[in-house]
Amino acid sequence: MSQTSSSSLWKELTKGFLKENPILVIMLGLCATLACSTSATDAFGMGLAFSFVMLGSNIVVATIRKLVPSQVRIPVFITVISTFVTIVDYTLKAYFPALSQSLGVFVPLIVVNCIVMGRAEAFSSKNTVMASLMDGIGMGIGFTVIITVIGMIREVIGNGMLFGHQVMPAHYQPFLILILPPGAFLVIGFLMALHRKIMITFYKP
Amino acid sequence: MISNDLNIFLILLSAMMVNNILLIRFIALCAFFGISSSIKTSIGMGMAVIFVMVMATGVSWPVYHFMLVPLNLVYLRTAAFILTIATFVQLEEMFIRRMFPSLYRAMGIYLPLIVVNCAVLAAAFLCIDYNLGFAKSMVYTVGVSLGYFVAIVMFAAIREVVDYAPVPTLFKGYPIAFVTASLMSLAFLGFKGLFGL
Repeated sequence: MSQTSSSSLWKELTKGFLKENPILVIMLGLCATLACSTSATDAFGMGLAFSFVMLGSNIVVATIRKLVPSQVRIPVFITVISTFVTIVDYTLKAYFPALSQSLGVFVPLIVVNCIVMGRAEAFSSKNTVMASLMDGIGMGIGFTVIITVIGMIREVIGNGMLFGHQVMPAHYQPFLILILPPGAFLVIGFLMALHRKIMITFYKP
Repeated sequence: MISNDLNIFLILLSAMMVNNILLIRFIALCAFFGISSSIKTSIGMGMAVIFVMVMATGVSWPVYHFMLVPLNLVYLRTAAFILTIATFVQLEEMFIRRMFPSLYRAMGIYLPLIVVNCAVLAAAFLCIDYNLGFAKSMVYTVGVSLGYFVAIVMFAAIREVVDYAPVPTLFKGYPIAFVTASLMSLAFLGFKGLFGL
């Protein structure tokens, strides 16, 4: 385990992008994905907040993995995660009050975002700090990219805007439904089908 | 918006239908998709959520108002709530196993699973955020959990039928489940504006 080669580290990093994408393949952490993607800005903010927690908890869990008896590991992991979530929550409140307002209850809910707990349990508690770091970065990027894409699609079609700027012609009639809750399910359903298409085309003979 | 001066019936209805926790607020979706493949398991999950959620709010509300606020520790609420809920679910599990073995068997593995179900934590947070009193918090939580039950059982019922439908290959399985959820969410959106909530 200590002799982790650079090629396998690279693999830990990139697997989060497509092959084991947290949203489209592992399908965890959906609550935040759907609720915080009404605009590209919110989605990107959520992605970054999530990535920070993911990275921090992965590193700490991997560091203490040999010290923690397995019977009490879940409360210990939850405490580690909730520490990072509290840091993010209060940083956002202090420096980005508008973003914190629109993400609302979903920032504290990163604690029970199953993907963070899932990675801590399934990966960092068994792997080296370096591999966990890579896994955290990869998962963070995979999550941020997909949630931002969902946010962009919903904002452009549902509101005619992108990152708060008007991009569609003035006479464009927005499909309001994409901003509303049903739109989130619809977009993610189609993205999953698209992801499946990409996987079939490029990764299978 | 839900606030303390709404009457109890409106709080219940708003929590259950108008702001349905799964389809409108998007909380606890992982289990919603993971466990809804058959009606039987989704009923078990729904029952367990009702039970745990009501108990969890019953514990976390006093913890917040009688411990965290007087001691000026409000910033610890995330950690405090999750630990209280986890401990309490564990106690409940032992209690039910001892006192009501048949109920315990019916709920099965869902009981421990719910500790990481964000709906439970979310309900506890929302009661605090809306500034609800204790009685109204409990009513609100009952409404939220009933809404969860209704939505997950209906969704499972639809999915069982969709399994036999000719779906395009790329959409088989989860993608079509999301599209189904989208249509259900559209239907629940129809409750919006009801009673001026």
